[in-house]
Amino acid sequence: MENIYLTIVLAPLIGAIIAGLFSVSRQTAHRITVTGVALSCLLSVYVFKLMVLDGAKPFDGAVYTWLASGNIQFEIGFLIDSLSAVMMVVVTFVSLMVHIYTIGYMADDEHIWPHDSLSAKNSYQRFFSYISLFTFSMLTLVMSNNFLQLFFGWEAVGLVSYLLIGFWFHRETAVYANLKAFLVNRVGDFGFLLGIAAIFLYFGNLHYADVFSNADALAHITIQILPNQEWSLMSVICILLFIGAMGKSAQVPLHVWLPDSMEGPTPISALIHAATMVTAGIFMVSRMSPLYELSETALSFILVIGALTALFMGFLGLVQNDIKRVVAYSTLSQLGYMTVALGASAYNAAIFHLMTHAFFKSLLFLGAGSVIIAMHHEQDMRKMGGLRKYLPITYWTSLIGSLALIGFPMFSGFFSKDAIIEAVHHAERAGAGFAYFAVVAGVFITALYSFRMFFLVFHGKERMDKHTREHLHEPANVVTWPLIALAVPSVVIGAIALGPMLYQGLFHNVIFIAEAHNPFPMAHYQGVWGFLIHGLTQWPFFLAMAGVATAATLYWRGFTHIPAQIQARLSWLHTLLVNKYGFDDFNEKVFAGGSRALGIFLWQVGDVKLIDNGMVNGSANTVGRIAQKIRHVQTGYLYHYAFAMIIGLLFLLGWFVHAA
Amino acid sequence: MFAELPLLSLLIWLPILGGIWVLMVNPENQSTLRTAALAVSLVTFVLSLPLFFGFDITTAAMQFSELKPWIPMFGINYHLGVDGISMPLIILTSFITIIVVLAAWQVIQDRPAHYLAAFLIMEGLMNGVFAALDGMLFYLLWEAMLIPMFIIIGVWGGPRRVYAAVKFFLYTFLGSVLMLVALLYLYSHTHNFSILDFHTVPLTMEAQMWIFVAFLLAFAVKVPMWPVHTWLPDAHVEAPTGGSVILAAIMLKMGTYGFLRFSLPIAPDASHAMDGFMIALSLIAIVYISFVALIQSDMKKLVAYSSISHMGFVTLGFFIPFMIVQNTGATDAAMMGIEGAMVQMISHGFISGAMFLAIGVLYDRLHSRDIATYGGVGHVMPKFALFAVFFAMANAGLPGTSGFVGEFMVILSSFAANFWIAFFAAVTLIVGAAYTLWMIKRVVFGEITPQKQSTVGQLVDMNPRETLIMVSLAAMVLLFGLWPAPLLDVMHVTVENLVNHLLQSKAL
Repeated sequence: MENIYLTIVLAPLIGAIIAGLFSVSRQTAHRITVTGVALSCLLSVYVFKLMVLDGAKPFDGAVYTWLASGNIQFEIGFLIDSLSAVMMVVVTFVSLMVHIYTIGYMADDEHIWPHDSLSAKNSYQRFFSYISLFTFSMLTLVMSNNFLQLFFGWEAVGLVSYLLIGFWFHRETAVYANLKAFLVNRVGDFGFLLGIAAIFLYFGNLHYADVFSNADALAHITIQILPNQEWSLMSVICILLFIGAMGKSAQVPLHVWLPDSMEGPTPISALIHAATMVTAGIFMVSRMSPLYELSETALSFILVIGALTALFMGFLGLVQNDIKRVVAYSTLSQLGYMTVALGASAYNAAIFHLMTHAFFKSLLFLGAGSVIIAMHHEQDMRKMGGLRKYLPITYWTSLIGSLALIGFPMFSGFFSKDAIIEAVHHAERAGAGFAYFAVVAGVFITALYSFRMFFLVFHGKERMDKHTREHLHEPANVVTWPLIALAVPSVVIGAIALGPMLYQGLFHNVIFIAEAHNPFPMAHYQGVWGFLIHGLTQWPFFLAMAGVATAATLYWRGFTHIPAQIQARLSWLHTLLVNKYGFDDFNEKVFAGGSRALGIFLWQVGDVKLIDNGMVNGSANTVGRIAQKIRHVQTGYLYHYAFAMIIGLLFLLGWFVHAA
Repeated sequence: MFAELPLLSLLIWLPILGGIWVLMVNPENQSTLRTAALAVSLVTFVLSLPLFFGFDITTAAMQFSELKPWIPMFGINYHLGVDGISMPLIILTSFITIIVVLAAWQVIQDRPAHYLAAFLIMEGLMNGVFAALDGMLFYLLWEAMLIPMFIIIGVWGGPRRVYAAVKFFLYTFLGSVLMLVALLYLYSHTHNFSILDFHTVPLTMEAQMWIFVAFLLAFAVKVPMWPVHTWLPDAHVEAPTGGSVILAAIMLKMGTYGFLRFSLPIAPDASHAMDGFMIALSLIAIVYISFVALIQSDMKKLVAYSSISHMGFVTLGFFIPFMIVQNTGATDAAMMGIEGAMVQMISHGFISGAMFLAIGVLYDRLHSRDIATYGGVGHVMPKFALFAVFFAMANAGLPGTSGFVGEFMVILSSFAANFWIAFFAAVTLIVGAAYTLWMIKRVVFGEITPQKQSTVGQLVDMNPRETLIMVSLAAMVLLFGLWPAPLLDVMHVTVENLVNHLLQSKAL
């Protein structure tokens, strides 16, 4: 078995190395990477079958010892259970689709580069190398059995994200965005690493199984970080780790990098910034459920952060005109939903939504990408409209994705989102009331911005110029097939996975939920139809429908002049939303500007003025000055010296007499 | 087969004699001298490998020892030997010297024989510093090592080379004079200069404090620790590429090595008493210097400040053990701190060396170290861009590179000492990435503006020689990042012994 796991991880890595470091042709590059990822995907499905369908025992074993220092050992190893099996299938499947899609999407990439750039020559191969490297990194993250490897994968996906956001590195906005993404993630990692250090100190080990089995014993320990403040150890650890998740999964206030990450090519927005990497934080907290269940404080914190993200990032989606940015804010908001689920102890619902979201959101992104290619890299929705008849496959698959996103009954998102709302409804911890309001209100907002985009792009007046319109056509098969392949699970996966994931203990012994917190006891399970009928009588369903109807009247037929009027009336609100609540300006001024100012101060005042001019050159100068003075003593006149000698003798004599 | 060879003597004298030999080659015949220098450095490196493969990892005793009386009247011996602390540093020195010789290949046109000879002689002296077990021998080599470096900066350096060379010389020389006093004081107790005897000689707390302070000045300047660090950016900026590489990769390690070989074991009680002070200085180096690095406009200065900040991790790792043992009652995390610091020394040798070489690659082409001169280099030098980003990530401590290992171990163990120490040390995660990647953004990424078409636009990518250098350094960075275990295995018993020694008071 171990060889299978190794193959799953290494196949994409080998593909990445060959495509990236050896000068292979474009065809070889995509063939080898697609083969590698396809192999991973097939084997992941096989592992999924063993773990989930056949109920095989989880595997927990080391591959090699990374380092050993006396009693301390850090190992690289795998933990394969139902949770990692689900993640592996999701990651490799979406990755495979994205690989195939990329063959079409990046076909003309060299035209995007400055004409004489040498980096343009193999940009196609490089792109495939990066996305395969990403798949490798993400797999090491989800398959890890210890915190060290988790951190390795965590940072490695961050690296690839950095490389891919800045893929078109001649664009100033792209290289600004990738630096920002990396640094904001590092702020999260700062907390994450301290959390790992705390675990290491108190558990003496970074191996999940050892940590989880000792968690109860340490549940009541308190530590002092500030003098005279006793804090629960578990809360400190969980919040520190969650800070890492806030960076990676883009939770307020560390969400600022995700919208900018849209500077990267669309396939990676689908793979990295929607389906997989950004969900690493959700996965991590679910994996750590035995720890999080011990800290009510941390869960409340998570609940509130998630709710803020879910609601307020949704609003921002309403005012975006860039097609990818709408989807990006939608991703932020949906990540907020998952985080809320974590905070409500519904880790299984979070993973459920993570999975359905991976399918329908990558579908929406790839659909947007299909539109962007058809529009010759135009992303402004104000220049689109009426694309339905030109791009039928994209149209229908995007419709499916949108319906899944807003939670239309029987689509996958319906089940996972309703599960989250149910869970929050039943949660009793601090912040649950606000979170419930946020996720319910969020449903309306989600439907509104999703269908605003949908109508603006596919329906209504054709607002593009003549040249573009004449060249509009459905992109190649390699682009449309992945759309269809992703549309299928976007519809059906919710109904299939609902029972096993939430009620029937698919994650039994993997995700730990304290009995009192469990929002989905088996006794409440009424089957898919029961869940459906229950959902149809609840607020979220009507809110979603109201959102679609509002979008239709405002952006398709009826009152299309209203949005402009609202914008004029509520210009302050519009400005606030367009400025993204001012987070970017604040960060740019206070953190970026502040750091530079501090650096200049420390350098000019500390190093140059005090140390160099004061101490170093100062002491040199002092020596010089004293020498200047003393030089006058050496007058060259014999009588001066004689005089000095006599005074000296007298002084010595006096001193001897005095001493005697 | 190597057991009977005096390996350490060979590692000292072979490069020195080799350097003299290079001086005698007809200076007109440049290719012969280069080949000769390369051959000497390669043979030396090969001879250093048995130290690793023949090393007994189960003992903390000195290995490959050589002991011959030298000036018996004063108890001065020609005494060499290595343990888990010094052995990796000798191999690092031998490896980096090859790199430096290669880096000089076509670049140094002015008196290449002298240049190469200076590096070879310096290699011998540096190996000697790491291998010396006699205080006087150590001191001699330590001071002698300054001379070739002084010449390298002063002769092949930039426009302000004389200021930089004198600043370098005076700073480090003044620091080490006090070390001589300390050694003489210790001699008065043991009546010989054996460093191992110094370790065991009981000393009063007061004496330990004086000794600690005297050594501190010598080593802190070399590391360099804040606030005696200002010579380093100047020296780097003016030094030729090879000089910067040796300076960053090896010479800074002399200072931290000194702490391990002298300050800590000779004055453990004073070290304990001073640990808060040392930790504070280390954290200032990590945090303060990171912010200073952020706003540098000269690439070499930026990397120089980055070095100071990274060396802060080393001194931090050396001086947290006392607090850890006090806190946890166990030595595990304490040993990990010291070992992490030692891994950081080795890793920084590769990474900072590579960073300075990368800057050298650009400098050789456009003769500017100013970040603003560049921009969009990736379009014309894709191979260079690959390595620049790779080493930048290593410098930012990305897991999978050796830059991560040491920082990770030190941060983890410092958490066991005190939350806030770990907190401030971990700031490097953010600011370290910020200054390194911001530089990359401005140099490698972006568009080549029309004004720069005639400069940056005409850059030629790295040649096979430059690529070979980068590949070999990258291989080491990856190897020790993905599998640091062999390095740790070599160090562990020595460090265990050191920690146990530190915990026993030797105060009278």
